[in-house]
Amino acid sequence: MYTEKVIDHFTNPRNVGELADANAVGQVGNPVCGDIMKMYLKIEDGIIKDAKFKTFGCCAAIATSSVSTELIKGRTIDDALKLTNKEVIDELGGLPPQKIHCSVLAEEAIKKALSDYYIRQGMSEEEADKLCGVTETSCDHCHAKE
Amino acid sequence: MSDIKYFDHAATTKMSKEVLDAMMPYLTDYYGNASSVYSIGRKSREAVEAAREKVAAAISAKAKEIYFTAGGSESDNTIIKGVAKAKKSKGNHIITSKIEHPAVLETCKQLEKEGFEVTYLDVDSRGVVDLEQLKASIKPETILISIMFANNEIGTIQPIKEIGAIAKENHVLFHTDAVQAVGNTPIDVKEMNIDFLSMSAHKFYGPKGVGAMYIRTGVVIDKLIAGGHQERSKRAGTENVPGIVGMGKAIETACSSIEKNAAYLSGLRNYFMDEVGKRIPHIRKNSNTDCCLPGTANISFKYIEGESLLFMLDAKGICASSGSACTSGSLDPSHVLLAIGVPVEVAHGSLRISIGLENTKEDIDYLLDCLSEIVERLRSMSPLYEDFLNGKYKL
Ligand SMILES: Cc1ncc(COP(=O)(O)O)c(C=O)c1O
Repeated sequence: MYTEKVIDHFTNPRNVGELADANAVGQVGNPVCGDIMKMYLKIEDGIIKDAKFKTFGCCAAIATSSVSTELIKGRTIDDALKLTNKEVIDELGGLPPQKIHCSVLAEEAIKKALSDYYIRQGMSEEEADKLCGVTETSCDHCHAKE
Repeated sequence: MSDIKYFDHAATTKMSKEVLDAMMPYLTDYYGNASSVYSIGRKSREAVEAAREKVAAAISAKAKEIYFTAGGSESDNTIIKGVAKAKKSKGNHIITSKIEHPAVLETCKQLEKEGFEVTYLDVDSRGVVDLEQLKASIKPETILISIMFANNEIGTIQPIKEIGAIAKENHVLFHTDAVQAVGNTPIDVKEMNIDFLSMSAHKFYGPKGVGAMYIRTGVVIDKLIAGGHQERSKRAGTENVPGIVGMGKAIETACSSIEKNAAYLSGLRNYFMDEVGKRIPHIRKNSNTDCCLPGTANISFKYIEGESLLFMLDAKGICASSGSACTSGSLDPSHVLLAIGVPVEVAHGSLRISIGLENTKEDIDYLLDCLSEIVERLRSMSPLYEDFLNGKYKL
């Protein structure tokens, strides 16, 4: 069901933990859904110098968090905002259909963290969320049960 | 394969050597169709009938009350749909519980679409059905009560004898899905007033894809599989002779030492339950050992998720299962855990250990060591646990 790459990122997650000097933090998901991702970024001169994560969730949630931190490290904010869940899936060599939402969550967590960065720089929350494309997270939909 | 530690006996069991040995002649030399008149056909017929005697003896039934099927799901479907069709003119109401296996629940849902009314009984925090609610739910239209003998996720054993008595008093037919119970806990269909029972060989060290149903003499139901006259026209299809032989051998072996085995399994299970509580904080024990299958232990580890726990255990060679949403194939965690009142957030972190006869105390110690390490590791990665440590969140 999972690719080797997913299993690798799950068993040896890269960049796991907290970042003491993070200047951008974003968290998405909720415990009822069973997935929470928290991204910590250290941004200097518009570039993501370091990224770490903490995740509560399944293998795919942990693997997508791990691979996303790798993908955005060294990127400019603008480039990091361009990260899509598709890129995350491709990097992992694919995800089972019922786990696609984990990659969406990873994308959203990064956007949320980048928005937090702008907010810390003095931007209004509304403006920052708009700039970073932060909407209600996919988790809010996933528990709209039939 | 040799370093696999298998703790998933409620999912399936490893077929024993003696079962394989018993089956082997029927997979090789004695390939005759049990309906054929010549010698190798008769040989198969004799083997099937001998197995039927063994299955009957295991639950105190008569041989002619046993019908072989392709497993638990088929038995459940045949009985529930068969009663529904046969008794339609009498009524359209069925009573079951909220914690049944999907083989029962989905069958009931199908019948609801066809105009049947189904009552899903609540269970208490142990997973035991409410007998007062059962009595109150019975009405003139009630044609069947279907309550599982023992639950596959948490192991709860129902007060089957009491339910049988209630069914009899009210002249309602009573089916029990005993797939998890057979071979693990004594069953007497006469004493317990059971009209129909489902079982499956692979849960008691027999082969997969073979099961049986007990149908009390005198009760008539419609058939699910029409065709030839096999199984006295109640279930068509050339008999799975090797499978049936294996099932006979397996049930005989399991039931001949049922008390001794149960004592062994519950000893290991209780040790596991006690130790896990001592060694790992913030857990919830979802199985109540007072009314539980001997080898089953369901627990939730708060602030982590079950699927990631399973994969980390797998990396250590440990096989177990979880009721997390991620492993249930739906958005929601186990319907059984929710029915006994486990909060959704806690149900996500559930683990089911089902201990079998080949497990040893050393295996349990290894499991405990791995679990302590893995739970700690996953918690160290969990933002929920961080919030808990900071006093911001508590499950
Ligand atoms: C309680 C219960 N009922 C029915 C079944 C289905 O049995 P089978 O896999 O033989 O169809 C199972 C097996 O998972 C079970 O545990």
